[in-house]
Amino acid sequence: MLAAAVSPGWYLSLAAVLFSVGAVGVMVRRNPLVMFMCVELMLNAVNLTFVTFARDLDDVGGQVVVFFVLVVAAAEVVIGLGIIVSILRRRPSATADDASLLRG
Amino acid sequence: MGRTGVNPVTLLVAAAGTVLVILGTWLIGVEPTVFGAAGAIVLGGAAGVVLNRNPVHAALSLVATLFGIAVLFVAMEANFLAAVQVIVYAGAIVVLFLFVIMLLGVDSADDLDTDPLVGQRPVAIVLGVLMAAGLVAVVVTSTITGAPQSGAGWVRDGDDISQIGRLLFSDHLFAFEITSLLLVIAVVGAVVLARTAKGVQIDQDEPVASLPGDPILVDEDGES
Repeated sequence: MLAAAVSPGWYLSLAAVLFSVGAVGVMVRRNPLVMFMCVELMLNAVNLTFVTFARDLDDVGGQVVVFFVLVVAAAEVVIGLGIIVSILRRRPSATADDASLLRG
Repeated sequence: MGRTGVNPVTLLVAAAGTVLVILGTWLIGVEPTVFGAAGAIVLGGAAGVVLNRNPVHAALSLVATLFGIAVLFVAMEANFLAAVQVIVYAGAIVVLFLFVIMLLGVDSADDLDTDPLVGQRPVAIVLGVLMAAGLVAVVVTSTITGAPQSGAGWVRDGDDISQIGRLLFSDHLFAFEITSLLLVIAVVGAVVLARTAKGVQIDQDEPVASLPGDPILVDEDGES
């Protein structure tokens, strides 16, 4: 145990700010790859929140949920990057605005 | 812009950070110092992801953020998750990002100056600030109540792997099996997405749209 533990409010506030930065990134950036990275930022903020609550409530369940979030994030990145590659192979300079229709 | 040699600003920041960490450890204790340093790395990396024009730089900033989160996990004694965070996120997901960036060409720098949707950026920033302020206000003004839901207490003896594993294969077994299904679907989906048109070999296909400065997409016999 480390002495002088940081209260969970600090961790939760950091996670909140990180989530907001990621959300602003998703709204501001137009490169689909960078938008995906910002989604990863948001997922990491949620993971941090889960671990903080797991520590504060003495419950391993929070860590198990983080485990599942990791798996879902990996699957999401695989599919999302596959879609992005197949879009950008047709139109090399496409931004997120150009792909507003679900057809080629 | 010359990129060789060590930037003096980098050296200065590193030295100042070291001094700050030593001072902090001495003045306010270990965990607050670790939290401050890792939190600065996390937020700095996040700002780098959002603000960098070059996708490669954004991906490297993402690595900084992920490492900072891993350090925070260690500070909260979630050692296994910290290792998984580094291995899966920094080791697999960011490498996947970098592969795709290299595949599509690194020249696709984002144009941050033009604003196709008028007023989108200020609105987004205002919304983000409001969201951050609201979330932090909720966190600050409330107290954490409630009992552990899983009934499996977290015994902090450094053996969190076996505790997570026991819970994963008892209470969350069904979710675990569904996760395996999800991964299979993701793999099949990736294969389907990566396939080109039916029965057409990639080599005989008409050249896919080539990116400027991209030597890979030239045909093997030299004609582009």
